[in-house]
Amino acid sequence: MKLLRSLLALALGLSLGLAVTAMAGENPWHVLQVLIKGAFGTRYDLGMTLFYMTPLLFTGLAVTVAFRAGLFNIGAEGQLTMAALAAAAVGVLFPNVSAGWAWLFAFSAAAFVGGGWAAIAGWLKARRGSHEVISTIMLNFIAASIASYVTLYVLKNPETQSPETLAVGPGYFLPQIPGLGDSPVSGALVCGLLSAAVLSWVFERTRWGFEMKVVGQNESAARMAGISVGRVQILAMTLSGILAAGVALGEVLGSAHRFKLGFSPDYGFIGIAVALLARGSPLAVIPSAFLFGALHKGTADLDIETEHVTRDLTLVIQALIIATVSAEGLWDIWARRRNIKIKQKGAQAHG
Amino acid sequence: MDEMLSLLGSTLRLSAPLIFAAMGGLLSERSGVIHIALEGMMMVGGFAAAVATLSFHSPLVGCAAAVIAGLAFSALYAALVIPFRANQVVAGTAINFLAAGVVPSVSKLLYGNTGSTPSIPLDERLHWAGPVVGAIVLVAGLALLLAKTPVGLWIRFAGEHPHALASAGVNVIRVRFLSVLAAGALAAMGGATLSLSLSSAYSRNMTAARGFMALAALIFGKWKAWPAFAACLLFGFAEALQNRLQGVALPWKPDETIPVQFIQMLPYLVTLVVLAGFVGRSRAPKALGTQF
Repeated sequence: MKLLRSLLALALGLSLGLAVTAMAGENPWHVLQVLIKGAFGTRYDLGMTLFYMTPLLFTGLAVTVAFRAGLFNIGAEGQLTMAALAAAAVGVLFPNVSAGWAWLFAFSAAAFVGGGWAAIAGWLKARRGSHEVISTIMLNFIAASIASYVTLYVLKNPETQSPETLAVGPGYFLPQIPGLGDSPVSGALVCGLLSAAVLSWVFERTRWGFEMKVVGQNESAARMAGISVGRVQILAMTLSGILAAGVALGEVLGSAHRFKLGFSPDYGFIGIAVALLARGSPLAVIPSAFLFGALHKGTADLDIETEHVTRDLTLVIQALIIATVSAEGLWDIWARRRNIKIKQKGAQAHG
Repeated sequence: MDEMLSLLGSTLRLSAPLIFAAMGGLLSERSGVIHIALEGMMMVGGFAAAVATLSFHSPLVGCAAAVIAGLAFSALYAALVIPFRANQVVAGTAINFLAAGVVPSVSKLLYGNTGSTPSIPLDERLHWAGPVVGAIVLVAGLALLLAKTPVGLWIRFAGEHPHALASAGVNVIRVRFLSVLAAGALAAMGGATLSLSLSSAYSRNMTAARGFMALAALIFGKWKAWPAFAACLLFGFAEALQNRLQGVALPWKPDETIPVQFIQMLPYLVTLVVLAGFVGRSRAPKALGTQF
């Protein structure tokens, strides 16, 4: 049922998005071909799809974990920015750490800063009642300013005009996944897949996953059951920020080996669509992130391959998918029909 | 003194878009519908206003276009959250995404780029006094509407006790739908103020989270018209101060200026602090965010 609903939403979102391109004067069939060829045409294209899938896995999981506790984290963008900046800072300031330790070191810094950045919003929500949507949006803008300052004034690479930091030490480089035509897919993808599995275990098998669910579904029931709602909210937000920090693995350690200002094409926001399509299941985030990675790679080619349609189409498709997945009433109509059929069958059996 | 007056002037000018959006949010949220999509409404409003002004050489046509665009997008939002009962925060985010995607797509079709519209000639822009006076009149009008008229009472009841309102024979769905529609039109006017009066074109993402600041102002203002207006003035002041501080020397290092990044974060920081400091004491409409 869940799966069917997601698939239908996906189909509806995609076809409406393509219908929009027809209104813009493009042949939607051609647009679809560009999308598919762009995402899977060659080994390199597939590699780039997996490359974009990696951060989306992390941000999709980040939004999922917050959502479970009833929080809407639209601040993954700020959290991943702060985390990637922290990972790059560690790699620049301590360049001689050997591989293995360096990864742990850089990720710890990223997780600490990204988790802390999200914890601010969690604390504000739990203790001061600030709506997390507004506070995380504000934190996104503040993070962007901080990143710009640190990149341009503190860790600036003097050899280039582009706004980026110095390179991290070679010990920090994550190994690449071979066979994908020089695309920058790194071990970060494996980390993302493992995170989804671990999170699924946390959700299904631990007390903590259960507490988050109760808080998310019924705050007053959680309070009655003796769960500290505020604590669960803060922890869920922190975990969400730590997951968003995973983006630093693929970007800073896996491909760019430095912090580049504006490296993220709104991974944090696409993560919302990834999570909503996955409907709360960490394992479902994997195919969902793959789809949105493919969509991102495919639409990137629209700027060149079509006359009127740009990569902004991906935002329209995301919006349509989110809207259709979340429109409960749309699915009720369908479910009601089914229920009537089931009831009729039941009546026949009794009769 | 001159300095003070000009700071006051720019505070008023910069508050106007926030006031329009916050008043839109006021109508929607008092009727029980959370309005995260104010940001998207401002985007489409600002863009539509610039396009129409460029084509018809009249800022009034521009404003009308903004209202129409805002109505169209809020009709979509209202349809999602009222009959289709989507989670209001999630659906609002979807509408924000949609606006962020549709605006550059249309811009590409009309002007061949996704960045900003061509510049609007000086004599076709909106004089700053228009939106400022309009915003203040709007606040006064809404305060009266909510407090003194039957329609205002319906809106408040739709947000507090929708079932009581329904028992009195009023169509709650219709009250909420119309409130959300009006909210979209007002927020779009806020966007039009941005592109026609505070600037010379619509440029990509020029709303810069003002829709969310307007929501914060609404919460800070306890979902009441005049207090929300005051909160908008505070955020407008932070923005005016931000413009004023650019290029100012550091007090302890006279040969260096304050890094622009720290100045830029000022309005966002103020919003965050205000939201954290005062929200606990303000009470949302009882049925806010619930389905009917």
